[in-house]
Amino acid sequence: MKGGHDLGGQPGMGKINPEAESQEPVFHAEWERRVFGMTLATGMLGRWNIDESRHARERQEPADYLKHSYYENWLEGLEKLLLEKGLLEARELQASKLLAESPLPAGLRVPNSEQARKLLRAPGSSLMQAEKTPLYAIGDSVRVKENHSAGHTRVPGYAQGATGIIVDALGCHIYPDKNAHGEHIGEQLYTVRFSAAQLWGPNAENDEVLIDLWEPYLSPADKHQALK
Amino acid sequence: MTHHHDHDHDHTEPPSDLELRVKALESLLVEKGLVNPEALNAIIDTYEHKVGPRNGAHVVAKAWADPDFKAALLSDATEAVASLGYTGRQGEHLKVVENTDDAHNLVVCTLCSCYPWTVLGLPPAWYKSAPYRSRAVSEPRAVLKEFGTVLDPDIKLKVWDSTSEMRYLVLPQQPPGTEHWSEEKLQTLVSRNSMIGVELARTPESLNEDQA
Repeated sequence: MKGGHDLGGQPGMGKINPEAESQEPVFHAEWERRVFGMTLATGMLGRWNIDESRHARERQEPADYLKHSYYENWLEGLEKLLLEKGLLEARELQASKLLAESPLPAGLRVPNSEQARKLLRAPGSSLMQAEKTPLYAIGDSVRVKENHSAGHTRVPGYAQGATGIIVDALGCHIYPDKNAHGEHIGEQLYTVRFSAAQLWGPNAENDEVLIDLWEPYLSPADKHQALK
Repeated sequence: MTHHHDHDHDHTEPPSDLELRVKALESLLVEKGLVNPEALNAIIDTYEHKVGPRNGAHVVAKAWADPDFKAALLSDATEAVASLGYTGRQGEHLKVVENTDDAHNLVVCTLCSCYPWTVLGLPPAWYKSAPYRSRAVSEPRAVLKEFGTVLDPDIKLKVWDSTSEMRYLVLPQQPPGTEHWSEEKLQTLVSRNSMIGVELARTPESLNEDQA
């Protein structure tokens, strides 16, 4: 979906003004610390996956997404997921009070601190068993399809319509466009190299952008196109 | 993302109703039994105090000092990094991209804030900000300049947009004159920013300046 989060190449965002590396704290306020912790802790309940979580943050008016600070967007996403997955009721959130008649879903396992630390260290691969042979190989030219879907996607707007060359084949990874909507399927993932000129026009610098793109985002293209 | 033209950083003093909203949510989650408060604190403690860019500096310094480790790191970073004991969330699929005399690498996540937590910890505010996410792909050299980094025009700049679960770590070039340094001493040259690619590794001279 095209939203406020799809920021690559958007003009007018201003200067970066980075805080000095030696000066910057991990969190800038206590409430940020708590939002981060609650997001990971509730994620461990296994009621949603990372793509649903990203999509929950993205599903906002673009102006709101841009107006909010980073952890405010996390908070928006977290409240949305808790409501949508039935872990909290809207009335509870509004009143900041539990309702006696809203019990927890059965079989919920809430990790203690030791289990939480263990879960943080446990790698959770996104690789999946491939069910069909890859359509593309390293060296192939591909064009990125336009995407007007209202759902979640990981194809950035600025790459759509551009032609690039596959420089790496990363295997079959869980497909975010489906995973965000509860369908657990894998698709081939490739690293595609684009010339800056291909993305930003003939006056762009002589640089390149490399983007990881899933097979359904791509269509075959003419080699000459990618070299432009 | 806040109002970048009015403020210096991607964080502002929150209105107190935001603090209250967060406190209320936490109380609800704890009272309802959805979150164990000790687990919540353990999660925060892990990323505030335990996992951070010193892990990445260890990886880079070892790659500089040990050619076999460097080869292993460039061929399968996930495996090589795990061999040093760094595994976990947001580090499941790692790729290390090497800076050379001809090419410089820069990492961004234009769609959110994907970042290799196992080796760098949580990303700095600027990495998650709209200015960095928008401009790193379209005008990377101007972005580098804002970090004080000016690349020779002949050096190819490669920008990696982290759209998948693959996480990217830049292997900066080892500064000249440090060839015989110990791995421990080399680590002091490896800044977090050099592993994102917005800066080069520190030089021995700049270390001396810091101490002066």
